[in-house]
Amino acid sequence: MSGIPAAGSVERKVAATRANPLHTPFHPKWYRRRVPIFWWLGKGAYAKFIVRELTSLAVAYTVLALLALIWALGRAEAAYERLLSWMSQPAVVALHALVFLALLYHTITWLNLAPRALVVRMGKRRVPDWVVVAVHYLAWAAASAIFLYWLLGV
Amino acid sequence: MARSNEPFFWALFSSGGMLSALLFPALAGVLLLALPLGWVALPTPELIARLGNPAVRIGLFVLAFLAIFHWAHRFRFTLYDGLQLYHLSALIAVICYGGATAVSLAAAWVLWTP
Repeated sequence: MSGIPAAGSVERKVAATRANPLHTPFHPKWYRRRVPIFWWLGKGAYAKFIVRELTSLAVAYTVLALLALIWALGRAEAAYERLLSWMSQPAVVALHALVFLALLYHTITWLNLAPRALVVRMGKRRVPDWVVVAVHYLAWAAASAIFLYWLLGV
Repeated sequence: MARSNEPFFWALFSSGGMLSALLFPALAGVLLLALPLGWVALPTPELIARLGNPAVRIGLFVLAFLAIFHWAHRFRFTLYDGLQLYHLSALIAVICYGGATAVSLAAAWVLWTP
């Protein structure tokens, strides 16, 4: 028994390859390492990447909420009041706080990547990354201020 | 070589990402948190009057359209890479872009039905 290695064992495969050099137990080109579904939980940077990508759900939710508010405003006072009382439940407020944090994360990660997408030159010199980021943060502040003024008329 | 529609969706993703980055924290902070908690009150008659302005309707439609296509493109690749669903890539694309198209149509309906 000791002469023949067990079927499926590494020894048996090595012996098969030695007997026929063209033989291989695996397809040489199609081999791919299996990646587990939750690969991104293992490392902080991967988890941050997935959280950044998932902020798109908060963006989509905000679009739907905005449309619901516009719809209620265009209907009647009662529809608007009903929507507001639904939104003031503690569970909904908690969900909306989470949505708000996700939107902030989206904004910060998006603006911080701006220098990668936008290379600004002044004459021959490249404008430093921090200037590009700072201009984007100023634009964020200005856009927020204008929008709030438009919405609330303060 | 078949032409790719990737640059088209990427342009929507990118402009929607920028618009939502600049406007959505303020928008959600007021409409989803401060308003229901009673910290602010909306000038509702004025806002209803402003919604009658075609420029305001178009602006809101463009915001909703670009932001929802930003979601579609980003979420498509989140499912694709994050959950390793390579074999479902066509179905995922149809669901994401189809969903974004449906929301855009809903936005047009909400904004243009009196």
